[in-house]
Amino acid sequence: MKPKALILQAHGSNRDFDVMEALTLAGADATGIPLNELRMNKTLLSDFQLLVVPGGFSYADALGAGKLLALDLASYFEEEISAFVYAGKPVIGICNGFQALVKSGILPGEKYKERGKKEASSTLTFNEKGHFECRWVTIKPVSKNCIWTKNLIENITCPIAHGEGNFQTNDLFPLSSFIEQDQIALAYTHTSGSLANGEYPTNPNGSTLDIAGICNPQGNVLGLMPHPENHIRTWQHPRHTRGESSGSGLKLFENGVKYASN
Amino acid sequence: MSIYKFLVYNNNDPRNAGLLTDAHVLGFQHLQSIVIHDLYFIEGQLPQEGLQQLALKLLTDPVTQSASWMELPAPLSPAETDSVILEVALRPGVTDPVAEQIVRAAHQIGIYGVHRAATGQRFILRFDSSISSSESIRLSTTAISAALLANNVIHHWTIGEITPSFPEELASSGLVEIISIRNLSANELLALSKERRAALDLPEMQAIQNYFIKEQRDPSDVEFETIAQTWSEHCVHKTFKAKVTLDDGQVIDSLIKTYLKSATDKINAPWVISAFIDNAGIIDFDDEFEISFKAETHNHPSAVEPFGGANTGVGGVVRDVLGVSAKPIANTDILCFGPQNLDPKFLPEGVLHPRRIQSGVVAGVQDYGNKIGIPTINGAILYDEGYIANPLVFCGCVGIAPKGLHRKDPQVADRVIVLGGRTGRDGLRGATFSSMTMDAQTGDVSGASVQIGDPITEKGLIDVIIRARDLKLYNDITDCGAGGLSSAVGEMTSTIGCDVDLTQVRLKYPGLAPWEIWLSEAQERMVLAVAPEKISALHKLCETFDTELTDIGEFTGKGRLIVRYGETVVVNMDNEFLHNGIPQRQLKAVIENPSIRLSASKSVPQAVPQAVSQTLLNFLSSPNVASKAHVIRIYDHEVQGGTVVKPLTGVEADAPSDAAVIKPIGTKGMKGIVLSNGINPEYGKRNAYKMTWSVMDEAIRNAVAVGADPERIAVLDNFCWGDPLRPETMGSLVEASRGCHDAALFYGTPFISGKDSLNNEYLGADGLRHAIPPTLLISAIGIIHDVRQAITMDLKEAHNIIYLVGDFSAEQKTVPDVPVSAPQVYRALHQAITSGLIRSAHDLSEGGLAVTAAEMCIGGRLGMDISFESSALFTEVNGCLLVEVTPVNVAAFESQLDNLPYKQIGTVTQNPFFNILESASISVTDLVHAFNNPNHL
Repeated sequence: MKPKALILQAHGSNRDFDVMEALTLAGADATGIPLNELRMNKTLLSDFQLLVVPGGFSYADALGAGKLLALDLASYFEEEISAFVYAGKPVIGICNGFQALVKSGILPGEKYKERGKKEASSTLTFNEKGHFECRWVTIKPVSKNCIWTKNLIENITCPIAHGEGNFQTNDLFPLSSFIEQDQIALAYTHTSGSLANGEYPTNPNGSTLDIAGICNPQGNVLGLMPHPENHIRTWQHPRHTRGESSGSGLKLFENGVKYASN
Repeated sequence: MSIYKFLVYNNNDPRNAGLLTDAHVLGFQHLQSIVIHDLYFIEGQLPQEGLQQLALKLLTDPVTQSASWMELPAPLSPAETDSVILEVALRPGVTDPVAEQIVRAAHQIGIYGVHRAATGQRFILRFDSSISSSESIRLSTTAISAALLANNVIHHWTIGEITPSFPEELASSGLVEIISIRNLSANELLALSKERRAALDLPEMQAIQNYFIKEQRDPSDVEFETIAQTWSEHCVHKTFKAKVTLDDGQVIDSLIKTYLKSATDKINAPWVISAFIDNAGIIDFDDEFEISFKAETHNHPSAVEPFGGANTGVGGVVRDVLGVSAKPIANTDILCFGPQNLDPKFLPEGVLHPRRIQSGVVAGVQDYGNKIGIPTINGAILYDEGYIANPLVFCGCVGIAPKGLHRKDPQVADRVIVLGGRTGRDGLRGATFSSMTMDAQTGDVSGASVQIGDPITEKGLIDVIIRARDLKLYNDITDCGAGGLSSAVGEMTSTIGCDVDLTQVRLKYPGLAPWEIWLSEAQERMVLAVAPEKISALHKLCETFDTELTDIGEFTGKGRLIVRYGETVVVNMDNEFLHNGIPQRQLKAVIENPSIRLSASKSVPQAVPQAVSQTLLNFLSSPNVASKAHVIRIYDHEVQGGTVVKPLTGVEADAPSDAAVIKPIGTKGMKGIVLSNGINPEYGKRNAYKMTWSVMDEAIRNAVAVGADPERIAVLDNFCWGDPLRPETMGSLVEASRGCHDAALFYGTPFISGKDSLNNEYLGADGLRHAIPPTLLISAIGIIHDVRQAITMDLKEAHNIIYLVGDFSAEQKTVPDVPVSAPQVYRALHQAITSGLIRSAHDLSEGGLAVTAAEMCIGGRLGMDISFESSALFTEVNGCLLVEVTPVNVAAFESQLDNLPYKQIGTVTQNPFFNILESASISVTDLVHAFNNPNHL
């Protein structure tokens, strides 16, 4: 049976249908459920094997991207999502979804919240260039622990479209254990394969350590700024008219769906 | 209740550097640094702990920002000697979505003492030692504030600490004024029109007078305003429907009927589903879906408040597409500005600098389009001195809908339902505002005409309406645009009549008079006709998507428009009079001899044969040709996952595509939609008729270049002109309309919708007229049968052959002709594309063949050797493209173009140099550098 994927549609989600297409193609039975509907029936979440917080501009990014959606996650679904994550089910937050996962503390994970005395020690802040940007990037699957990125060999080519995707940490953040636990899931990379090393526009937003995506220590929750769901067909590739087709984002979703069906 | 002020700051705020650059470009060289802080004002009663919670949990990002707070009034913070503080806040009543979210979220986290909120910004300015006296600091700060940091239309500001103003809580006002009109003389009628900013002329005022003489009473202010809006140029297009008498005695009865609709009727394309009658034009897509397209202008609002003007321009056209029950899937934006490097001392009084207008407009488009989740995939930016006081902002939107679900058939006893945002004093009299010439005071007195959009509320409307459509929950739908409820409800009930109660309309704040409620242009609202038994299902949908639903009355079937305010009837008019009672305008037109001047265009360098290399590089970095990447990249052009040909293309994604291709998500098969545009103000100044042919050709050849089927292209017209009461202006409008008709028939390309924005003139404080160049935008929507066959303009491979396709005329004309063979050439080229014979294609436009070839080299990072007469390298022509063909396909390609004009002119080379035999040799690196470094920025 196909694993059931829930796409959480918040007030202002807009890549919900894009990721639905990707998950369907990857073999999931994907359903979009508006946040208000899920609020009415919270136990619904446990019927699903995979959870997606899609891209968009929830609450128009008021007071910081993903912040008010994070508040929703924390105030309405804290128990349900904790149980989902604790059960090891795959969760993915893309772009605005990633921002919400970080700002609600679901990423980088529980431990970090405790260590920082319940105060966030990492964030996604304004791009170094100070404005929104849409361009195609190359990202390298780094983490062998993350169920979404492990065994991915090829780099992924896909667009970014964000103004607040700059991953930054403060002094409270335990960077060395973060790296040790293999929590850097995806990193901005030159087409040649070497890391961006902060170089714009390969690293489009100034993220520390070229971080494009991170996972929790268990490896089942992934958050990333780029949009692999927008590169699942050959004709979406920016150079498809030149015969180029590498770097599909579909494999990432197939990984998640495969894991969910086990 | 107390007011608390929160100050949130990040010492490395990336906005600071951009503001400093802007200030320097605008002439404030003495400014050394500028630092921005965000301000939040909270009205309520909060304990110290609540304030702290608010700061930590809501107002700051604890990793990057710090906050401080105080209760107002606070003792003035000690002034630092070398800096000055400027604070800016929104005027009461201006849409402030962040403030609304603060109140909602505060309650969500249990801080119930928050009553109201407002936002603002603090700027800390430091000047160099040349600005040291307190008087010179005050003057400089005031000047920077006016030029860059605040806009009186929506902001109030002060040097030092600002006091926020919340809208005053007034008691509801049922005040209705009766306007004595029956005994007024002709002069008094005109004075009344002017006093109420109604923009009505004498015959129109007399028609109103006669109607109320017949009704044996005087109108209420609500009735008078309703008529003024319904009869405004914006709503009824009276110039395009006027009876025009030409200087040779010829009479044209309505430009729309005679030229635009008639062309569409004569072409009679079976795939046109709806033209000119609905909120957007509709054409066939495939067996399952239809697609709709509409473009609007938002020029006057964008001149006064660029961000809000463009923002609500995008929002407005998206609602047009929703108004035909379609899901919006792509946006286009064509923008015209004054020179970005205009010396501020030449700026007319009361006009914002073109650089500020551009950055505000672009930010407004970005904000709305990105947040609502519609990709912005096609556009253009043009610069001309004629746009200094009157920028043009064309916003287009494409929608898709399953066939047969859009309904336009209200039933008696249906309820009049308003969905979406609440009604405030925003945008009052916008329809008449946009129909008047502006003057130096317009910005001040028309403040209420401008507003800020709320894209997420409109996203909720999309979510509700698409589902309501599929569930067949409504019988009719239209959007609230200019004229607000008066236009939307008035139009929808024009055949059937209605009875509505304004006290039912939900307000942002109390105190609105009935005419204000009825006329308000508050954004993000749609009006639906819903059968009573379906209201509850619609209600449920609205709750799910946080969208408000208000039932304000019913469709009566009595043919009269009845509006009440509680017990009082404030409008009771015959629909027939309201919608058909406007007297046809009688206008005079003089057709001037097309100017024979081949003037040196100020924005475009001229060809100098002796220095081909330098001329080419100058062209590539000239404002109208150079890369627009800095704008394109801040629009999301990938959301919805359907973008096949992107606005920037090639190896490094920095070359300009001719057109965009999208494959809508959820459609079967490989069909796609092609979007392109044609616009040329320079030709508009020279010859309106030939300009029209040129821009039609440009839009069509751009679409064909990426793979559109030339037999399946439809177009929209958007006319932006000066004051049509001047016979010469009217004359060029007649000529342009005639050009639309003739060119449409020539290509077999029908118009499916259109719009006009007239009176784009500015009467400067200097007493001089500042009129825009006659500007016609043609927006094309085409079908590509298989998106995998789409073509981009970047060179693909060394040794391929370059052809010039089309009838190239080396003689530089004032405005180039359209070659007779153009339609056949496009059809043959399309055949060649579908047969897989073309590797790249790029059209010849501004800067001629040399610029086209150079851009193809930039796209492919490959070189090209061509042989071409140097005197014709920069000649501007119509109907021509360069195409790249693989050597093995040369014979097949040439046979496709049998009997049509084409010529082999060169080959693609691995060596990255653009070599023009006996004229020039330029490295691709130099081409890239010139193109990516516009010389005006």
